[in-house]
Amino acid sequence: METALDIKGLEIRYGPILAVRGVDLRVPKGSITALLGANGAGKTTTVMGISGAVPVASGAVSIFGRDMTNAAPDTIVRAGVGISPEGRRIFARLSVEENLMLAGSVLSDRVAARERAEQMTVRFPILAERRRQMAGLLSGGEQQMLAVARALMSRPKLLLMDEPSLGLAPQLVDQMFELFEELRAEGISILLVEQNAALALDICDHAVILANGAVAASGTPDQLAHNAVLRAAYLAA
Amino acid sequence: MDLILQQVINALSLGGIYAMLALGLAIVFSIVRLINFAHGEIMTFGGYGIFLAMTFGFPPAAALTVGLGAAVFMAMAMERTAFRIMRGADVVSLLITSFAVSEILKVMFQNGISARPVPISFPSSWSGTYQVGSTTIGIAPTISIAVALLSLGGLTYILRRTMIGMAMRAAAEDIEMLKLLGVKANRVVAWAFAISGLLAGVAAVIWTAQRGSVDPMMGFFPLLKAFIATVLGGLGSLGGAVLGGFVVGAVEVLLQAFLPDNLAPYHDALVLATVIVALLIRPNGLLMAATASRS
Repeated sequence: METALDIKGLEIRYGPILAVRGVDLRVPKGSITALLGANGAGKTTTVMGISGAVPVASGAVSIFGRDMTNAAPDTIVRAGVGISPEGRRIFARLSVEENLMLAGSVLSDRVAARERAEQMTVRFPILAERRRQMAGLLSGGEQQMLAVARALMSRPKLLLMDEPSLGLAPQLVDQMFELFEELRAEGISILLVEQNAALALDICDHAVILANGAVAASGTPDQLAHNAVLRAAYLAA
Repeated sequence: MDLILQQVINALSLGGIYAMLALGLAIVFSIVRLINFAHGEIMTFGGYGIFLAMTFGFPPAAALTVGLGAAVFMAMAMERTAFRIMRGADVVSLLITSFAVSEILKVMFQNGISARPVPISFPSSWSGTYQVGSTTIGIAPTISIAVALLSLGGLTYILRRTMIGMAMRAAAEDIEMLKLLGVKANRVVAWAFAISGLLAGVAAVIWTAQRGSVDPMMGFFPLLKAFIATVLGGLGSLGGAVLGGFVVGAVEVLLQAFLPDNLAPYHDALVLATVIVALLIRPNGLLMAATASRS
């Protein structure tokens, strides 16, 4: 099967601290790979390394077969990657529409961006109602929707989603995960970082569990369901 | 009554210059956290651009355009050569870098052109006056107010309605996130410098048109006032920078006009004292840079 994202021996340092130690990870095309682990296990750092937001000390990141190790974030996004980083990071003082339009600026032109923003407001009706409001005035759940919609603006073929369910009401979490399954059905590949392991294992095709910056276990959800490492990782959190 | 109207015009005209310089400082600061001490030299360079163009026989209007271009060029050159490699450094390192750039440019102006003021002679019609009722008002200050308002309006339009303006506002909030959306951050920063340079160029045009000469310190003194204006308005707040510029301009003109002669030496001290009092009452500036976000 073709590979959307292939990471080999990824190492990332924060000063003297090795935060990610030799992580191997694959997201086959059109599948969802969940990246699980306790707080501080290195999930977010891994995503930031793939995104080009923090420097990779060693190892290789390959996206759709192209070497993207330490490429600039805008190169990575233009290669077809949509990024929704930890903590939403919507632009609070810009309107909902402006948040979307900015993310659409990698598309061919403004007309294409407007069209795509239109599609996003169909997919997330709450954003249509709020399009002229400052994004900082949205509720936490609405901001999360906006963060995901914003990551989808560039028509990505690979999505990096860091904790998209954080702070969402259970009903919205279900909606969000249904969306990911829809996107997968459309052929989009997803790397999904989740605190909520049970939920992630429900929809993912493959999961990788990190502990202390290294891969502690990986496999299909069935293989991992009763994995001791997984239980330990979350009980420790 | 006549005197008051004239002084209002003077205050707005001077305030407009401070506002444009302060706005240039605030735009750059909001995005890259650089307090650009060399911003005054951008204005000075614009002034020399006008001087050189006139020397080479350009008509006055073309010379003013050259001055604007020179200021934009200097702002972008500064960013590319000095500030880009320092990106992400702490505020103090950036400030010291800008001190160095400022000193280098001042020495270059002194040694390369002249340490003394060089004259720029605009057509005499520019220094004319007109009557409103019984009041005589200068054409140059009136035009400078109009130009300042036009520039502020233009900037508002760019920030609100264009993609690059949106990107600049977003960069002020979270430039790293902007990169993660695929936006080229260097381009946004270069635009911010270009716009701050253009505003400094407009300030240079107005300043030289009213004073008729350029010297190496031309931009330095108005810049000091612009600093005060940005702090007074709330560091990082664009609206605050404009408001601060007009307040500082107004206080300065008022004191100049109505201060008794024996207190005249304390003019600048009194301007600064007013600012200190204002900051004691509102420590974060008149318009604090809003940081609204909900969890």
